[in-house]
Amino acid sequence: MNKHILAASIGLFALAGSPAWADHLVAIAGPMTGQYASAGDQIRKGAELAIAEINAKGGVLGQKLKLEVGDDACDPKQAVSVANTMVNKKIVFMHGHWCSSSTIPASDVYNEAQIPMATVSTNPQVTERGLKNIFRIMGRDDQQGLVAGTYLAETFKGKKIAVVDDKSAYGKGLADEIAKAMEAKGAKPALREAITAGEKDYSGLVSKLKSAGVEVMAFGGYHTEVALILRQAQQAGLKLTVMGGDTMTNSELVSAAGPAVDNVMFTFAPDPRKNPAAAAVVKKFRDAKVEPEGYVMYAYAAMQLFAQAADKAKSTKYADLEKTIRNGSFDTVIGKLSFDAKGDNKLPGFMVYQWKGGQYDYVKK
Amino acid sequence: MALALQQLINGLTLGAVYGLIAIGYTMVYGIIGMINFAHGDIYMVSAFIAISVFTLLATFGISSVPLSLLVVLLVAVLFTSVYGWTVERTAYRPLRGSTRLAPLISAIGMSIFLQNMVQLTQGARVKPIAPVLVGGVDLLTVDGFTVHLAYSQVLIIVVTVTLMAAFTWLITRTSFGRQQRSCEQDRTMTALLGINVDRTISLTFMLGAALAAVAGVMVTVYYGVVDFFIGFVAGIKAFTAAVLGGIGSLPGAMLGGLLIGLIEAFWAAYLSAEYKDVATFSILILVLMFRPSGLLGRPEVEKV
Repeated sequence: MNKHILAASIGLFALAGSPAWADHLVAIAGPMTGQYASAGDQIRKGAELAIAEINAKGGVLGQKLKLEVGDDACDPKQAVSVANTMVNKKIVFMHGHWCSSSTIPASDVYNEAQIPMATVSTNPQVTERGLKNIFRIMGRDDQQGLVAGTYLAETFKGKKIAVVDDKSAYGKGLADEIAKAMEAKGAKPALREAITAGEKDYSGLVSKLKSAGVEVMAFGGYHTEVALILRQAQQAGLKLTVMGGDTMTNSELVSAAGPAVDNVMFTFAPDPRKNPAAAAVVKKFRDAKVEPEGYVMYAYAAMQLFAQAADKAKSTKYADLEKTIRNGSFDTVIGKLSFDAKGDNKLPGFMVYQWKGGQYDYVKK
Repeated sequence: MALALQQLINGLTLGAVYGLIAIGYTMVYGIIGMINFAHGDIYMVSAFIAISVFTLLATFGISSVPLSLLVVLLVAVLFTSVYGWTVERTAYRPLRGSTRLAPLISAIGMSIFLQNMVQLTQGARVKPIAPVLVGGVDLLTVDGFTVHLAYSQVLIIVVTVTLMAAFTWLITRTSFGRQQRSCEQDRTMTALLGINVDRTISLTFMLGAALAAVAGVMVTVYYGVVDFFIGFVAGIKAFTAAVLGGIGSLPGAMLGGLLIGLIEAFWAAYLSAEYKDVATFSILILVLMFRPSGLLGRPEVEKV
């Protein structure tokens, strides 16, 4: 009797564990819940539309794509368990994770299971560990920091500039690179500070900036904290200009920081919405009431990358995909993608942007 | 000197908010001996209610600041108390009399439930409102540093002091206060004397929630930004405040809140914002080493 139950349950597991064989399972992972859930939302919307479009054109190698969504809430422990779940589901491609601190531990799991991944995480360590399965479709913090730091040192010559981070892998990495680039240009940061993300009260930091006479703050971290710092600076009568990283693309910043958002500059890859080749896709997103800001187009591009690579390799096996992606060049909505030996995007080209009236645009030189 | 004064103001404001939330923890602990981990999320819910009512009032064209503040406070307190009552009724009362750990786990579950409920219904995005109470006064200027006292800070401190006075009166002078204190001492005996223990406990939860609601409204006015995650950090800090002051003691909760607010403000301004939490929790450990029941807590006497 017991044996029957055992056999039946094994059978059941086999059924539950194997999706419809006809589909290619592709996955996204990122903060679908938690503090940074709005970024996860962007990734999901981008990937969903891309998959719908690819499937409408007949899928990949004659089979449809099916999306799996993993939620790591930007927590490294949860990221590893998401990675294990995805490996068990036998996904063939991963777009994720989002937070560098999640991508780094999770990538070891995918590497062991031989699953190729495309990520937007910008911490240099993501691709510096010799993993063959990682491809970064975004730039790196050291490139980003170099652009931001040089710009700050040249534009705000003689003004006091503070460098602040939020102690996360992404934030600290970026802030360190900005400080390094500033020093290389002879502008030593007037203040080097760190804050705890997730708090509401940054009046201590604001008072400190004010008493040190700081006018410009370079910030490594996420938009939610910048909004609060700006609001509290304004309340305390401190006019503060902020230079941030790619996370400042989130339009949540506009409503949260109020008019002070016009003082926010940031570095980001060239705006995919301005890419003429992507106009049709941008229109489709807007028709679906999704503004293709921030990471939306990147998620779309990651899915295109997989579809094109699989079609070119005529296979979804790891060895074939990895070789094709590494050696090939792919036309996506964020431009041409090709990768160097480490898996870094060859042409990231960071630009300095500034918010103005609820929109961001390249800063005027 | 000017910086110290500025940080004193900032620290008192922050401490007052922590203290208001801490009272909810301490009252519930006093009466049923459990840590209500969902309390921080009750505070978050009230901030969301506040933001909805502010927006609603603005669409009706009501722009008088005192009037809209009063309406928002009333509505938030009312709705949040209902939340407090519901949480107690559904998650804790059925577990009364089971092991000590069961309601604790249930509280954590409730906290996650409330967070996700708000995330799903309100969205994950940060919700801002236009500044309600703008402006302030410049107190003095020393060496180019101007000490600024915002009206919203005055509001927070005044409301907190008033509420504390009202609460002390309620607990020490009224019949409900006596019932509540007797429930703290001996629930069985209280029931035998004809007092409805369940009702008293429910009311305690509602009162705690009402204070958290006030804190939620104040924070909405002060910071102007709310998201579904704010309950977590605020809850942890307020819980720490309750433990520091002596859990179970009302003045202790307020004192603990103010202390934590001040430690954070001064540490961040003079040493490093990076290690301010380390400082806060180190002081908590030091206090607990020498006074295990907190600053104003009474040691629990184990009767053999």
